[in-house]
Order: sequence, then structure tokens, then C-alpha cells
Amino acid sequence: MKLTLHIWRQRDSETKGEMVQYIVDDVSEHMSFLEMMDVLNDNLVKKGEEPIAFDHDCREGICGMCSMVINGQPHGPQKGVTTCQLHMRSFNDGDSIYIEPFRAKGFPVVRDLIVDRSAFDRIIQAGGYVSVGTGSAPDGNAIPIKKEEADEAFNAATCIGCAACVASCKNASAMLFVSAKIAQLDRLPQGKVESKERVSKMIAQMDEEGFGNCTNTGACSAECPKEISLENIARMNRLHLKSTISPT
Amino acid sequence: MADLISNVPDGPLADKWTKHKNTIRLVNPANKRNIDIIVIGSGLAGASAAASLAELGYNIKCFFFQDSPRRAHSIAAQGGINAAKNYQNDGDSIYRLFYDTIKGGDYRSREANVYRLAEVSANIIDQCVAQGVPFAREYGGTLANRSFGGVQVSRTFYARGQTGQQLLLGAYSALSRQVAVGKVKMYNRHELLDIVKIDGKARGVVVRNNATGEIASHGAHAVLLCNGGYGNVFFLSTNAMGSNATASWRAHKRGAFFANPSFTQIHPTCIPVSGDYQSKLTLMSESLRNDGRIWVPLHKEDSIAIREGRLKPTELSEERRDYYLERRYPAFGNLVPRDVASRAAKERCDAGFGVNKTGQAVFLDFASAIERYGEEQANIKGISIKDREAVMQMGREVVSAKYGNLFQMYEQITADNPYETPMKIFPAVHYTMGGLWVDYNLMTTVPGLFALGEANFSDHGANRLGASALMQGLADGYFVIPYTIGEYLADDIRTGPISTDHDAFKAAEIEARGHLSSLINIKGSVPVDDFHRKLGKFIWEYCGMARNEKGLKYAIKEVRSLRAEFYEDVRVPGKLDELNTELEKASRVSDFLELGELMCNDALNRNESCGGHFRDEYQTPEGEALRNDKDYTFVSAWEYTGQPEKPKHHKEELVFDNVELKTRSYK
Amino acid sequence: MAFSGLFLIVFLTQHMLINMLSVIDSLRLNFFGVEESNLFNEVAYFMGNNPLVQFGLQPVLIAGFMIHMVMAFVLQAKNYAARPDRYQYANKARAYSWASMNMLITGGVVIGFLGLHFYDFWIPELKAKYVTGKAHIGDGPATEEILADVNRFYPELVHRMKYPWRVAIYCGSFVLLGLHLNHGFQSSFQTTGVSQGKYIPLIKKAGITFSIVVPFLFTVVALVHFFIS
Repeated sequence: MKLTLHIWRQRDSETKGEMVQYIVDDVSEHMSFLEMMDVLNDNLVKKGEEPIAFDHDCREGICGMCSMVINGQPHGPQKGVTTCQLHMRSFNDGDSIYIEPFRAKGFPVVRDLIVDRSAFDRIIQAGGYVSVGTGSAPDGNAIPIKKEEADEAFNAATCIGCAACVASCKNASAMLFVSAKIAQLDRLPQGKVESKERVSKMIAQMDEEGFGNCTNTGACSAECPKEISLENIARMNRLHLKSTISPT
Repeated sequence: MADLISNVPDGPLADKWTKHKNTIRLVNPANKRNIDIIVIGSGLAGASAAASLAELGYNIKCFFFQDSPRRAHSIAAQGGINAAKNYQNDGDSIYRLFYDTIKGGDYRSREANVYRLAEVSANIIDQCVAQGVPFAREYGGTLANRSFGGVQVSRTFYARGQTGQQLLLGAYSALSRQVAVGKVKMYNRHELLDIVKIDGKARGVVVRNNATGEIASHGAHAVLLCNGGYGNVFFLSTNAMGSNATASWRAHKRGAFFANPSFTQIHPTCIPVSGDYQSKLTLMSESLRNDGRIWVPLHKEDSIAIREGRLKPTELSEERRDYYLERRYPAFGNLVPRDVASRAAKERCDAGFGVNKTGQAVFLDFASAIERYGEEQANIKGISIKDREAVMQMGREVVSAKYGNLFQMYEQITADNPYETPMKIFPAVHYTMGGLWVDYNLMTTVPGLFALGEANFSDHGANRLGASALMQGLADGYFVIPYTIGEYLADDIRTGPISTDHDAFKAAEIEARGHLSSLINIKGSVPVDDFHRKLGKFIWEYCGMARNEKGLKYAIKEVRSLRAEFYEDVRVPGKLDELNTELEKASRVSDFLELGELMCNDALNRNESCGGHFRDEYQTPEGEALRNDKDYTFVSAWEYTGQPEKPKHHKEELVFDNVELKTRSYK
Repeated sequence: MAFSGLFLIVFLTQHMLINMLSVIDSLRLNFFGVEESNLFNEVAYFMGNNPLVQFGLQPVLIAGFMIHMVMAFVLQAKNYAARPDRYQYANKARAYSWASMNMLITGGVVIGFLGLHFYDFWIPELKAKYVTGKAHIGDGPATEEILADVNRFYPELVHRMKYPWRVAIYCGSFVLLGLHLNHGFQSSFQTTGVSQGKYIPLIKKAGITFSIVVPFLFTVVALVHFFIS
């Protein structure tokens, strides 16, 4: 396959970036998208040019490190997969592919396609935990939890924190990410105790990081590689309302 | 050996840990506030250790190379975590978990450590549940269990196929809580370059901020290495792309002994290599072997025809297939342990029966499972089993309910539909049992330098059982190090802050910077990955699933010349003081190139076959592993002498007071 | 947005119901041979003269509108600022619907429509009641008697709806109002956290129904008066 790539190159958050065109002509359809990027980088290094910086790690769709907006969609055209699981057979010979970083005020560009997503860590630090110290836990079976609730909590907990939700949202809102953690913990008795406090703190942090507001377009969930449900956002909204009305 | 003191407490096995905890020295809370600890890595071991130590009051700095601590590769663990809870009332106990683990490790691990692991396993589950980890549950609301390879009880706790993710997010949340109160400082995109020793003790680290290229020193009273395994020596493995051995290796160069480096686990069911561009391998859960049958064609001409695309595997009649695991191991069949299954696949492919283009794959076939389940369903629903299409459809539905996500992942990667045609699989490097040598307190041979989780060698011997890695990482971090570190730090309450003005820091920084700039200044013509790929091929070929003296000696020679070539001809574009992904890779590969040689040396030194280490020369007439308990019941610990070519060998004799050493047989 | 939106949904419903009375009036007058039918006039008079409605509900309604509008612009500004560097390649993210992505456009059209609507009915009404003290019907002269006439509302409505351009604008706006409601209805329930589990399909269906039925009936009002009355 021969492809024309248009890739965002940016030195750092201070410098202005631009789209640069590259041609790769030795692409196999069995390659993953990131392997195609590897090939391109290999060619660039051999030519003495600087390779394109992009985030990636596990390459099996679970660590959430890979990002990239490919032809206008975070993680590319396929539903329910991360960029690292996307394969070149999803594209055709001769295609032009546009590759950009996840764009949001909360995610400054570090270099090329790498953005700084530590805002997500700070949101979790604001309250995305159960306040339990090591060693003070009761027996695991001491509190029975309905299977359905545990399953739903798990579904929310499968969020990989990749930030595709922010990247896809026209408002660069982080609501899906934040709500997934809030909903997970709210569904479990261990986490419910702190729900109200947690929701206020995490939402306050989310706003402070400069993310946009939710206008319920549903793009986040549709583009989420783990297909996290919008119901989590509704749940968070409900909790937020409750905690605003009665904070304790 | 006088220089390897394991510090295992006296007394009966079951009382050792309790006794140790009761007599270990403590640091009082006021003094803890004056003590700094550095943690390298934010996976299960690192995050749990950092969180637990911060809760106790120590000041923690945690360094990791990913952009967020939640991305550490522990997150990719699929299956589950073992714990001796005996919730199923099936006779499980601490002793049984201990025994299974010792036996699974082919009697090459330390009894006391393994027993302690089994002992604290139950607390891990409680801790994780309290953190909000959504483990699978029964309809009654209690925790569910499943059973895993090589054991006879159900003791594995799981969260669908993403147990590692859920446990790591639990530890990450505990860590985040401590970051919020200011007890832990996080340094993302930071990579360790060196351990700094003052008066023989580990007193800090030199790190590089990969995002800016800035190199800096940090002082502390103790350093914890929780940087995972070194499987990426092989280039292709199930590890993450960034997983590296640099922290372990630089510690090794500063005096930490490296134990059993040749003990690596090759997982039998992974998606085969499809081309030279391949960057990593993807694991398909061990659970698939419950229903899938592994085979290759019985006749070589059929294999060739399949390889060339002239014959479809589904067209091959039963008589022309060789279900080699069922043939060789009738008692366990397709469910033999990982090391055995991997070797058997290699043997068939080496003999020319491989079924993909490269000849490096075998079939994992679900056709008979689909048929069996379909007929079962037909009987239940009262449909005639003569309606084959309906039967197969119902069978596919049952298989989909069990393994749907794995089948989907397989199709995603290979574009083959495993419901229609057998999967192609091949073994791949998965886990490294070897690691830095540690004593009972998890301290390496460098005072003040500790190693936790996959980074140490202590608990899995020569082969790790499924669902034990998560258990060990969290046990070390949550329940072992918070106690054992006190023993060392009790002497440090009057030391005061460790200043990085000390000459040792300056020297280490200069050296680290020098190493990196020398890599850039080579200005050769070959990209780093090319060297890494070549190294991986040598190690895989000669120090992989089967090793022999001739091959190992050859590999050592080749790795040395590859290393020389690397320092002559590697091309690292970009600069030192900025984000430079090629430089990061070059730095890691420079360590792999040395560690690879040590792995071969270790394999060469161990004249027996045990667990993941199989020497062609030491096998039974039937081709099974032949252990030599008389001469090799020890841990090999290697000392760095200043030259990677001349490692010094030390032994820690293993004493088994509580179990009898037996041959593992799966016939 | 959600609360003011829900409030406006309630308002819209009652507005539509009252307007439907005029349709009933028209049908009775034109097809059933009824001499006099003042259902619409009665309610309109009540709404226009009841002090509770005029001085209690009306200001609340105005406030509701203002909040909804101002917040829409504030939100939009904030949301725009959340992505200072735009994508070079158009955002192709899958979303619910065109409507959900373009609330500002549909809302803007509705605001424009309201301008005309106010010019047609509300402003003359206010002027008559609080400034001149005289009302008029159609192009006729303004007198105090008309203002006092309980049945002046229906003829005025019919008069306004006789211009094709106006009816066209009204009907066109109702389509966009429908789109606005299509997203706004279920969005309100999502934002207030009502959407959960079994209610979600229910809310979705209700939202779609509401967003079709209400604008459709408004259209019916306009068309009935244009063609029949």
C-alpha cells in the first residue's frame, strides 16, 4: 500500500505547529497503524530526520497511552478500538490520512502527536478513590454486592483514561472520563460513602483544568474505545445536583 | 555463601513472617516524616508500595516513564489473582497455595518468601475490595472464583479478562489519594539513569525527564525498584513497548546482584509474528486451551500446502492431523503447563510442521468444541442434531459467550474468523522470573536498594503459575515492604535529608549524561530498533524455549559483536536536552545488549532443565525436562565486575524443609 | 440550560394547547356551522389579564428565556475556549444527531423567529395595554373599545396568519424548533440526571415524540388559519 500522510508536527507547546506531508509506500495491510508509524519513523531516522513523536505503550488496547486523531476521529475510523489495535486493512491503497494530536486546552502539546494528559491524574487525585488505608480492610465478602451492580461498576471501571472522549467532544469536555470513575465508586457500597464529596471535588478540578461543558452530543461515548456509557454522565449529574442541594 | 544472606527468620515456616513482623525494628511516626523514599515504577508493586509507605508517613517520590501512573504494564494482565481465601470450601489453604507455587516454580524459589506470599494473599483481596475494585461476583453478592492452570482448587479472583487493569487502578487510586495529601510526588515521563551510592548505601537516583531532556538528581534514604521485568530483551514479547530493564541493569552495575536471568516464561498462546515490521506480540488468554485443541498436520506435505495457501486447514481430515499435546500428554492433553505446551509447539515447528508463512505457528482449533456445545444445545432444545447448520450455529453462540472478546481481538489483528477457521498461535515471551536478587526483606545486595514485584527474583522459581504475578506485585507493595523497610530505615532516623550536592550525585550525573551524549555522537547509520530486533532474534533463537551449550556460546559471541557494532554504528537523531524517543530507546537497548549476554551466561551455567529453562542436553528419553536437584538447587546471583563479559557467579543454596522435591509429570 | 430548557418545554406545551383552541374555534366556525366559538379568546383574555399570569408567570417566563439564551452563549464561549487550537481536519466524531451538534444554530433561528413573533403579538399587546391604552385588529384603527373586547384575540391571530411569507417563516422555524427540541428534550433529562436504566428508552421516545408533535401542531395552527380561517 502507498499512503499519503498529513501529520501534525509541533516542537513544543510554545511553538506553532503545522501539518507536514509524508509518503509511505511499503505498508502492508497486516500492519497495525502504529507499526505503519514505526516504518515511517524508521525511514525518517535513516534519512537523518527527526522521527515523529507519538505516545504508545502496551499496543494491546488497555494502557490508554496511544492517542492520535485520525481523519477527524480519535483512534481512527473503527468503533471500539484504540489506535494501537487499528490495522491498515481499514485503509485503502492511495489513501490520504490526516493525523493530529488530541486537542484541548487541558492537554497542551508536548511534541508532535504527544499531549500532556496529566490533568486526568489531577482529577483523580481530587477524589477518585475510596479513602481506605492499607491493612484496614474488612473481609472481602463482608459486604455482599449485587452482581448487577458489580457488573455495572466494572463496566464503568473499564475506562482506560485515554482521553478520546475529550478529543472527540466538540466542547473538549471531560465528563465521560470523570463520570465513569464517579459512577464506578458510587455503585459500590465501599465508594458510596464519599460520593457527594467526591463528585463536588472532581467536578471542581475538571473545571479548573479548562475542559468544556457537556452538551450531550454523545460523541464521547460513540468514540470511546471502551464504549463507556453516557448513563455515567447522567449519574454524575444527579449526584452533583444532590451534593449541590445538600452537600453532606 | 557468606555474601548472600537471605535473612530468612528462624522457626517453623508458618510462623516466620509473624515472628519477623513482631521482632522487626520500627520507625516511629515522627521520624517517618523525616525520611524520604524513592520509588521507581508505578505498576502494581510501585503504586501499592508508594501508597502504603506514604500512608505510614514517609515522603515518597515516584518516577515512571509513562505519562500517567495508570499506564504501567500491570494493566495488561488478563486472567486473575490468586488468594488462599478458601471461599469455595474446596480445601484451599495457605499451605496449598504455597505448595502449588513452589512446585509450579520447579523447586527453584525460596520457601519462606513463597509461604509469606501465600499468607498475605488473602489480605490483598480484602484491600482491593475496599478500594472499590469491581471483582466478579456471584448472584448472592459474594466474590466469584475460577480455577487456573496447574492447580486443583478455585482460588483465582478476577474482573472479567481485565483483572490487572482493575487492580492497578485500585492501587493507582490509593496512590492518587496520597498525592492529594502531598505525601507522594509524582514524576511522569521520567526514566532512571543511575543509582547513586554514598558510603555503600543507595542514597538516590539520577533521572532524565523524557519530555524535556533534563537530567536531575534526587536524594533519598532508600530506593525501591518496581520497574517490572526484562522480557523486552527479546524485542518481540507481550510486554509494553516501553517496558525496559534499565533501572534493574543500572542497579546491577552499581552492585546489585542479578538472580536467575535465564528464567523467562514463554507463554504458549500468542498471536504469531506476521512480518518483519512486527513491533509486539499479543497474548491470547490461557483459558482458550480449555476448549481449543492444538494441532499441526501429520504429514509435512500438508503443512507445506497450507503454508502456500493451496490447502485450507478445515479441509484436512482428522486422520491427517496430529493433536500432538493429546498424543504426548494424554493425562493433561491441551492443558499442560505453559512451559511444556510452548516447547511442544516449538518442537513441531522446528520439525517443519508449522502452518503459517514463516512456519512458526500451530493451530488452536475450536471446531470440535463448537460441535460439542452445539449438540449439547440441540439436545437441550430438542432440535435434531442432524441439522448441522443449526447445531454449529448454537455451538458458535456458546463459544462466543465464553471467549467472544478474545475471538474478536484475534480477528481484529489477523483478519481471520476463528469461528470458521482454526486460530494460528505460537509461544511468545511473557514474563521474567529472574530479576534482582533480594533477601527476605526485599533488599538487594546494595543496602538501601530494594526490588519489588517482577523486578525481583524471589517467588516464582523457574516457572510462574498463572494468576501469581499480580499477587506478588501487590503482596510486596502493600504488605511486605511497609514492614521490612523499617528494619533498614531504623538506622537512618538521624541521617537528615540527603543532599544532592554530594560529589557522588555530581559524578553519577556526569556519567549518565556522558553515556547518553556518546550514543548521540556515534552518528552511525543504523536505527536503534534494528539492533534491538537482531538481539531479540539471537536471544529467542538460542536462549528462548530451548537452549544448548553450543547455541548459547554462539549467542554470547554474537551479542558481543552486536554490542560492539551498536557503539560504532547506531544512529540517534535529535539532541540530549529535549524530548528524544530514539535516545530513550538507544539507552534501553544499550542495557538489553548487556543483559542479553548475562542471560546466556546464566543459561549456560545451569546444566539442568527446570521450568522455563530447558537445556537440550538435559532431557529424558521422551523429551521431558530433566532437573538436577543434586547440583543445581540454588539461585544463581551474578555480580557485575565492571565488564559485562565477565560476570561473577554467586550461589544462594535453596533449602527445602517443608516440601519434597518431585519430578513434574503430565503424562 | 437543562432547567430553563425544561421550563420552556412546559411553557411551550401550554402555549401549543392554547393555540390549539384557536384551531378548534376555526373548525367549529368553518365546518360545523357554529355561529360563535370563543374558546381561544376566553383563555387568551384570561392569560392577558390575570394579574397572577401577567405579573407572576410572565416575568418568570422572560427570565427563563433570558437565562436559557444567555447561558447558551456563555456555555458556547467557554466550550470554544476549551479547544483553542482547532482540528485541521474536520471533526468527524460520531454523535447522536445533527441537532445535538448544532443547538446554537437551531436556537439562533428560534430566537430570530421569536423576534418576529414578538413583533406580531407580544409587543403590540404590551403597547396597547401599558402605553397607548388602545388596541387594534388587523389594519383597522386602534381604539379603547377594542382593547376592552374580550374576543379580539382570535381575529387578530387570523389576520396575522393571512400573509404567506409570515406563515412560511413560522412553519420553517417550527422545523428548526423541532430539531432544537429533539436534542434539548432528552438532553435536559440527561443533564438533570433523570436518564438512567429503564427510563432512558422512555425518555428518548418521549423526546422524539415531543419534538415532532409540538412543532407539528404549531404548524397546524398556522396552516389552519392561513387556509381555512
